[in-house]
Amino acid sequence: MSFLTYLINGLSLGSIYAIIALGYTMVYGIAKMLNFAHGDFIMVGCYIIFSVSAALSGNPVIGILIAIVLCTLLGITTEFVAYRPLRGAASPLAVLITAIGVSYLLENIALLIFGADIKSFTSVVKWEGITLFDGQLKIQGVTIVTIVVSIVILIGLQLFINKTKQGQAMLAASEDKGAAALMGINVNRTIMLTFAIGSALAAIAGALLCSAYPSLSPYTGAMPGIKAFVAAVLGGIGSIPGAMIGGLVLGIVEILSKTYISSQLSDAIVFGILVIVLLVKPTGILGKKYLEKV
Amino acid sequence: MALLEVNNLSISFGGLRAVGDFNLKIEKGELYGLIGPNGAGKTTVFNLLTGVYKPDEGIIKLDGQDITRKNTIEINHAGIARTFQNIRLFKQLSVIDNVKVGLSERIKYSLFESIFHIGSYRAKEKEMEEEALRLLKVFDLDGEKDILASNLPYGKQRKLEIARAMATNPKLLLLDEPAAGMNPNETKELMDTIALVRREFDMTILLIEHDMKLVSGICEKLTVLNFGRVLCQGETKEVLADPEVIKAYLG
Repeated sequence: MSFLTYLINGLSLGSIYAIIALGYTMVYGIAKMLNFAHGDFIMVGCYIIFSVSAALSGNPVIGILIAIVLCTLLGITTEFVAYRPLRGAASPLAVLITAIGVSYLLENIALLIFGADIKSFTSVVKWEGITLFDGQLKIQGVTIVTIVVSIVILIGLQLFINKTKQGQAMLAASEDKGAAALMGINVNRTIMLTFAIGSALAAIAGALLCSAYPSLSPYTGAMPGIKAFVAAVLGGIGSIPGAMIGGLVLGIVEILSKTYISSQLSDAIVFGILVIVLLVKPTGILGKKYLEKV
Repeated sequence: MALLEVNNLSISFGGLRAVGDFNLKIEKGELYGLIGPNGAGKTTVFNLLTGVYKPDEGIIKLDGQDITRKNTIEINHAGIARTFQNIRLFKQLSVIDNVKVGLSERIKYSLFESIFHIGSYRAKEKEMEEEALRLLKVFDLDGEKDILASNLPYGKQRKLEIARAMATNPKLLLLDEPAAGMNPNETKELMDTIALVRREFDMTILLIEHDMKLVSGICEKLTVLNFGRVLCQGETKEVLADPEVIKAYLG
């Protein structure tokens, strides 16, 4: 029974990684860049929820909504100010380094405003959860909410991308920006929309992450950000279901190895799996291989 | 007034003048051919017309409107659509979705409506579906509407590229070597498709081509480029009989 508990916890952590990984993978798929500041958008979202909840001392829903809106604006602004001017740059490294710069900038701004001490975050999920099998299996409310939210997000995103013209424009732009522009698609606007969605998801992931692991510091987003990136690569970067699968695999492996092997080794095991998967299948679990025609 | 009027168009890459003093006048409804040896600058002219490159000098007017320094999106909205020498379909999208991408700037609904599937979302999606199907029917692709574009046979991919371009509702259609890599049967079918586009949509077409049989068979007027300069311009028959042109082609 305890195995089941760990598995469910792993599923929940994996769902959070998956939501973050969706942001990575969508931005990579469409803008062909890695937004290393993505993890820090999560941290910004958490601080916004933390501050709003402290100010209003009540319903966390308002805090989450404000965090979603502000994180979306942050994503759009970052893209417009820092990434867009570099899109035509000679080397793709320029935008990559800029993203790392944005990451440190956000961390240090948070450090200035909130200080280095760890804040205790009040869970946004008030529900206690459920107890099954005569108290043998207890699942926390935040665990269930996390899993449900991630499923809703995945389905919603798939519907948006496959059933709406904005989603189709994203797919078209991800394949061939030049041809999309010549068909009248506004590629810049499409990339901006992608950043908006990714950043909104980061805010949601932040709320769930800090509810499950209630300590908040300026570096809260860094490690989950890296792990979500690993999840995106593991699942096949650019693929939305891949991000989901990669996130879940990572979360489950992390929790199970923490429990049954060693809590100190769990990160090493997680990254070790990444290395092995990439050696066997360099494009990730669901990644497609494109052969360039010469 | 001519539909497309190009005056003294020039562009250089480094020290190389890829296109110089290029002039072109296409009347509405014409089928115009742009020919020339490899490296003569034909595709460069297309890239200048569609805003992929910005010219160093010269003016491009479409239907009286100056489009010289507009970007590709604005030029598409102004009414120029094109296909590519190496087919550039959205391979991971289905046949009908490729056409829908072309339609998406014509049939509009807001992001808010598409996220929540409310308002005009359903009606506009239906309109888009119907319009896309209508176009596919014209090109006889409606039977394959749900398969991936990459799984179409070569000749049909060319057709789909034309259908996708037509979906943006252009005034002028640019075809970059539509017969490249085709066997004689496919070329014949392509000629029928081009004739169909003219008949069905009353379309003005500018095409680049190497296949002389295709050019002499369907083009009314020709411009011959050589080393980025206009060598000869006029009615197809006269141009093809011009000794300069024969020299450029046969060396």
